[in-house]
Amino acid sequence: MTVVVEGRAITRDYLVPGSLTRKAKTVHAVKGISFAVERGKTLAIVGESGSGKSTLARIIALIDPASGGELRIEGQPVDIASQRLTREMRSKVQMVFQNPYGSLNPRQKIGDVLMEPLLLNTDTPAAERRRRAEEMLVKVGLPVEVFNRYPHMFSGGQRQRIAIARALMLKPTLLVLDEPVSALDLSVQAQVLNLLADLQAEFNLAYVFISHDLSVVRYIADDVLVMNKGEAVEQGTREAVFAAPSHPYTRELFAATPITDVEAIRARVARRQALRAATI
Amino acid sequence: MSILNIRNLTVRFATSTGSFTAVDGIDVRVDKGEVLAIVGESGSGKSVSMLAAMGLLPDTATVTADEMTFDGQNLLAMSPRDRRRIIGREITMIFQEPIASLNPSFTAGYQIEEVLRYNAGMSKRDARARALELFKQVGIPEPEEKLKSYPHQMSGGQCQRVMIAMAIATGPRLLIADEPTTALDVTIQKQILDLLMKLQEQTGMALILITHDMGVVAETADRVQVQYKGKKMEEADVLSLFEAPKHPYTRALLSALPENATGDRLPTVSSFMVEPEVKV
Repeated sequence: MTVVVEGRAITRDYLVPGSLTRKAKTVHAVKGISFAVERGKTLAIVGESGSGKSTLARIIALIDPASGGELRIEGQPVDIASQRLTREMRSKVQMVFQNPYGSLNPRQKIGDVLMEPLLLNTDTPAAERRRRAEEMLVKVGLPVEVFNRYPHMFSGGQRQRIAIARALMLKPTLLVLDEPVSALDLSVQAQVLNLLADLQAEFNLAYVFISHDLSVVRYIADDVLVMNKGEAVEQGTREAVFAAPSHPYTRELFAATPITDVEAIRARVARRQALRAATI
Repeated sequence: MSILNIRNLTVRFATSTGSFTAVDGIDVRVDKGEVLAIVGESGSGKSVSMLAAMGLLPDTATVTADEMTFDGQNLLAMSPRDRRRIIGREITMIFQEPIASLNPSFTAGYQIEEVLRYNAGMSKRDARARALELFKQVGIPEPEEKLKSYPHQMSGGQCQRVMIAMAIATGPRLLIADEPTTALDVTIQKQILDLLMKLQEQTGMALILITHDMGVVAETADRVQVQYKGKKMEEADVLSLFEAPKHPYTRALLSALPENATGDRLPTVSSFMVEPEVKV
């Protein structure tokens, strides 16, 4: 098994500047997190807003530098704070963002959206760029005819397919997905999750999947990392974490997640009927 | 005994490309003290039908219905003045984005006192005292302090509690909650849903919960109405709906839930419904 990405005691601090009445302070957004993801596997990072999961995602996606710790991509240490990223390294890690309405340039045609990564990072000739963009459109389930259309002509689910296609243009080994299905309707969410599963199998991709939705995580993850206030409070295989969550925060998260179990509904309905009978 | 009864509601919007039917012949009935969930994906017309009942749609909307009565009073034939006596007092509403629902320029206390003075006819002094009581009732920590806070100084969950306090301030007999927890973290969602259910049980008001989340439906509703593309697909009590969904679309929604996944792929709506326009 080859490890695609590995983090060792990653930290990230933000300096909040002071003002006349307030002292400057440091916020520790990520407090020393270690993890590893193998080829073809999915690590899900779970947490609520403010847990630092998106900060960690941006560090793994080589967008923001870490304040401390070591990040290795395919065994090579990478630190974007001290050295420029090589094109080759840039190609290895790609990201898909949460909001497909904000992550596509409204003035850029779909074809250009897909060809731009090749233009910037490779020396691929124009005809080849176009061929590969069309090929990728088909792979994510869109017809080639959409090549010359603009993002506003697409639904949220279709846009997310386009964003995924763009991320795959450089043949990355690691995809960082920051809440990729949170903005989508349930039925569309199912389609996009299926697509992600297909693409992972086809390209042997490693996924870092950021989510707040435990039911999605349970479906897609191999390993789970639960974050709370910048710390990894729980880490393990999906089976282990879901079968026996050890940390109180994980248990709280599980308890708060609504369940659609018929027996639970039956108990709740019975309780409400008893309550109503008592008040009449 | 129904409190709100709408029959054959149709809402059309005039657009530059012609008329668009957002709600197509929908019936909505909610009984006194009942929790009705209206569930559907985006574009199902679930919000629009309730906004129509509230009279909150813009001028471009044409609303027609065979019947629209609140507690026996005909909302369609009523003068705007009489209607305002009901809307905002007897029927109140809370929305998805709690922070955006509040006016950023005024304190939370000012905004709830405004409701109490205009809609409940209280004096300034009485309104202040009642506002504090309501803040305590909806579980806002440090209520005295929070009355003086502006929306941006509070979290999303706290803002939603303020919205709920404003919505129950006039002792409504029907509260319409439009995706009240969609913008909130799952642990906060649980607190808000628990609060809404507690208030519903204490006051005996009817509650219409508009949501896209089957988990929220399972944990709150007495009766459920499933909408798709402006049409009603199915209506059932909550237990029957989850135990034995009748309509293919409902089955599709339930099986698209990742927690109900069997095997590697999630069924999508298209695998259940060949012709999406079928009517029950």
